[in-house]
Amino acid sequence: MDNKEFRIATIEKSREEGKWHRFWDMISRHWYHFSYNKLSILGISIVVLVILLAILAPCIAPYPAHAGPFVDFINAGQPPGVKYWLGTDPIGRDIFTRIIFAFRGALVMSIVVLAIAVPVGSLLGLIAGFYYKTIIDTIIMRISDVFLSIPPLVLALSVAAVLKPNLMNSMIALTVMWWPWYTRLVYGMASSVSNEYFVIAADLTGASKFHILFREILPNCLSPVFTKMALDVGWVIIFSASLSFVGLGEQPPTPALGQMVSDGAKYLPELWWMCIFPALAIIVMILGFNLFGDGIRDMLQSSR
Amino acid sequence: MKQVINNEILKIEKLKKYFHVGKDKQGPIYVRAVDGVTLNIKYGETLGLVGESGSGKSTIAYTVVGMYRPTSGQILFKGKNIGMEASRRSLSSKKEIQIVFQDPGSSLNPRQTIEQILALPFRIHTQVPKKQLREKMVKLLEKVELSPDYLYKSPPSIGGGEKQMVAIARAMASNPSLILLDEPTSALDVSVQAKIINKLIDLQKEMNLTYLFITHDLSLMRNVANRIAIMYLGKICEVAESVTFFEKPLHPYTQMLISSVPVISEEEEKLKPKKVISIGEIPSPVNIPSGCSFHLRCPYKIPICSKVDPEMIEFSPGHIVRCHLFAKLENKKQQRSDLYEEESVIY
Repeated sequence: MDNKEFRIATIEKSREEGKWHRFWDMISRHWYHFSYNKLSILGISIVVLVILLAILAPCIAPYPAHAGPFVDFINAGQPPGVKYWLGTDPIGRDIFTRIIFAFRGALVMSIVVLAIAVPVGSLLGLIAGFYYKTIIDTIIMRISDVFLSIPPLVLALSVAAVLKPNLMNSMIALTVMWWPWYTRLVYGMASSVSNEYFVIAADLTGASKFHILFREILPNCLSPVFTKMALDVGWVIIFSASLSFVGLGEQPPTPALGQMVSDGAKYLPELWWMCIFPALAIIVMILGFNLFGDGIRDMLQSSR
Repeated sequence: MKQVINNEILKIEKLKKYFHVGKDKQGPIYVRAVDGVTLNIKYGETLGLVGESGSGKSTIAYTVVGMYRPTSGQILFKGKNIGMEASRRSLSSKKEIQIVFQDPGSSLNPRQTIEQILALPFRIHTQVPKKQLREKMVKLLEKVELSPDYLYKSPPSIGGGEKQMVAIARAMASNPSLILLDEPTSALDVSVQAKIINKLIDLQKEMNLTYLFITHDLSLMRNVANRIAIMYLGKICEVAESVTFFEKPLHPYTQMLISSVPVISEEEEKLKPKKVISIGEIPSPVNIPSGCSFHLRCPYKIPICSKVDPEMIEFSPGHIVRCHLFAKLENKKQQRSDLYEEESVIY
């Protein structure tokens, strides 16, 4: 008996000691697969840079006041130069400052939209996939089909147009159009995983539905969800920029990338920096998130 | 061999399982996977269920364990009817019947550690405090000859034989009395197979288990099973004690199977029954031939075979066969001991 207790204690101890080692082992293995494609490193650099800029916006931006209602007609319409790196708009606000502050809105937007759409969509997909070919499946999937049948931007535009135009409501609009994609994705995975023998074995032993859904099936559906999430951050930014381009997102004077592009378009070609730089910011940001998403996909696929 | 108590733990009576696969002008089309099977398993024995792929042997196991609801017929486990899906069964009957699947790769959740996998049956069926739980799991792993640090490994990081050992350990965890082994070794290397079979035999003695061993490997059955049942197209062709089965195979299908077992020496080759040439392939269970389902491939068929489905005949005590050749002879009321001689002349 003593011997056995001692042995179990030894296992416990070695397990505790090995914990960090295994953790770093896992991290380095994942990093190896992630960094195999050098573009993923470019992607993660852009993502980290954008996130840092957004978080530290008030400290980094040269003229933090320019992100709000600010007028300075003396420096209005300045081209890019030493004082104003990316030029100023017709009422004298620094474009660079406004782009950095606009990152905040875009990131908050994509985080909130995904934080609601992914759990809701995945949960519904999980339930529908588990009750494959039953009435529950039919109800959930037909409802999601209704949302999927409307072109996404049209749906988001109409929801945003019905509600008052502000950041909150454009988030609601995007969430409404986003969840069915996750339902679809998880539904496909869950309906095939629930036929795997380990799920059947758990069911035959008498495990609860909760255990089967969340312990057996869900963990095996998550890797495509993570991949899609990483890629979707970029897409949410595009859609939110589209909404704010037509005036349905963040309202002036708070800066938003789409709104800055559409404002700048009015002053083309004289004040070209007003339009080109926010547009470039959108492109770089989305490129970054897409490359990052590709890296995540490679990582999750090859480290299975 | 092992001491077998003459008392049934599991009685399957006229079990039918049809799967609805579509419709045509005559009505719905069914796959008749199991078509009227009557089978008994005694306490403490190993019953080998042998058949070609598509003969419905796995379906029997899945119906017994509760993955499917039987179309008709009865399944009595220790006298209680369990002819329903697992979700409607009592927890105690779930505890008593466990199954080991063929593919160890998909029968363990790749996202869990072995500890989590083994803890599940304990959590459901026993009230073991957390401290003792680990001790119990270590004991369980010892039973299947795995070292305790396997608890913290996950299925993708261990080998196929080890995975199957874990699957066996999981089945043993709830302390069952009947274990259904659905081709537990057919996905593994031969060397690993032997190890697993030996372990299963040891565990059977140790824990008083009853096995329903499903396989298509007849030579394996000779060493493992007390009794052997042969299945063909959802029906049982022949049931016999393992020794009689290999010495006096009666059904033409059984003879065909035994004569096609590969052996390694000339002497063994001579021991096999005369080569029975099989004609064709196993027909589709959607379209089962009329009369005896084997008549299309049978080299000894007589006119009645294509018309009437033969009955189960107890040829000698414990040796049941389903074939017209023997029904005819029985009608003549000949001495049982002579019968076999007579038959061997026919063949």
